[in-house]
Amino acid sequence: MALTQAEIDAEIKDHQDAYDKAVAGGAPVRHHPARDYPPYRSSRLRHPKLPLVAVSGGDPETVELSGPVFGVTDITEIDNDLTLQHRGEPIGERITVSGRLLDRAGRPVRGQLIEIWQANAAGRYAHLREQHPAPLDPNFTGVGRTLTDDQGRYAFTTVKPGPYPWGNHTNAWRPAHIHFSVFGTAFTQRLVTQMYFPGDPLFPHDPILRSVTDEAARARLVAAYDHDLSRPEFSLGYAWDIVLDGPSATWIEEGR
Amino acid sequence: MSTTERPLPTPAHTIGPFYGHALPFPGGGEIAPPGHPDTITLHGHVLDGAGAPVPDALLDFWQAAPDGSLSGAPGSLRRDPSTGGFLGRNGVDFTGFGRVATDADGRYALRTLPPGNAGVPYIAVCVFARGLTHHLFTRAYLADGTDPLLDALPDERRATLIASAGAPRTYRFDIRLQGEGETVFLEFP
Ligand SMILES: [Fe+3]
Repeated sequence: MALTQAEIDAEIKDHQDAYDKAVAGGAPVRHHPARDYPPYRSSRLRHPKLPLVAVSGGDPETVELSGPVFGVTDITEIDNDLTLQHRGEPIGERITVSGRLLDRAGRPVRGQLIEIWQANAAGRYAHLREQHPAPLDPNFTGVGRTLTDDQGRYAFTTVKPGPYPWGNHTNAWRPAHIHFSVFGTAFTQRLVTQMYFPGDPLFPHDPILRSVTDEAARARLVAAYDHDLSRPEFSLGYAWDIVLDGPSATWIEEGR
Repeated sequence: MSTTERPLPTPAHTIGPFYGHALPFPGGGEIAPPGHPDTITLHGHVLDGAGAPVPDALLDFWQAAPDGSLSGAPGSLRRDPSTGGFLGRNGVDFTGFGRVATDADGRYALRTLPPGNAGVPYIAVCVFARGLTHHLFTRAYLADGTDPLLDALPDERRATLIASAGAPRTYRFDIRLQGEGETVFLEFP
């Protein structure tokens, strides 16, 4: 039987309290979500119960310290503008999202592929198996790609996605978000994540966002409204930098 | 944030259920040039803790070229600049990258060339799925042999990383996310 939001909120609070208490007691800060996070129901049968096995670092032959490469053949010029992919303009609040892709040393990650996907302004994915009864927009698919430039910068033009309901529990709603898939120079740096919009009232109730139990880490998933990035008579600007975790071959050459 | 600071990492999130119109691309599982005589097939199921197939997993693959090169090549998602459609790989460059979404039976198949990495040949795998808050790394070894990772594992866990040879040039590699026979998943500190 489906749980209520109040029951999920109580579970979220229990996990939050346990994490905060552990950190206060000296446990390390956890930047990533726990793979076992019961308030997110789908995680129950899909997380390993045995600990991950560490691959000893320092061997440049380790395949995962390098990674796939992408180039201008893998994207087209307008792939980073999700409002240009159909004959008409999509409905919604036009936005630009931009920022830099960095590694843990703060260095720009250049020429790497960033892919995004999102719901339309009404909260509906163009994915046809989704059955949320909000309107599809014939002028919006919600998929974009780009390569980071020489400063590690990326930019997308799109419309602000709407929140949408999901089946985790009764009356479950996801805060508005854009999904990001990002490559670094090493396969170990691979990242799939979601970007949120500031001030969303659904934040406290969302088991996916709350699976990141560290408050400062959660804040790094929220873009900042940046008026300097807003374009007159055209779009509102959001700034969001992405920092890749994990070692790369160049990192090891420098001895970290 | 400035480049002189050491910024903290962006947390991972689940891929969710609705990536199907965004991330998979035609030919994603065909790393080998069409008709190449050395082509091998790696295939299997992704299974959850109840042994049920996972029909909404996405697997990214990365491997050395047959000559051992780890430089890769662009063009896995080669596009047509006029239509925006996918052209497929150019059939000449070995990109080393593949991507396959599991089907309704939780199955995947990858056709590629044998990896030429030093030591026991393997293909690196990154697993994404609805319900996986953070991706999982593993390795599909195409043979058994002396290897620092394999040698550090007890026998029954070691076996989860070694693809079983079936029909000629065909390797079966199942990924069990949880429970009996749970696949060894890796971290890279
Ligand atoms: Fe979503």
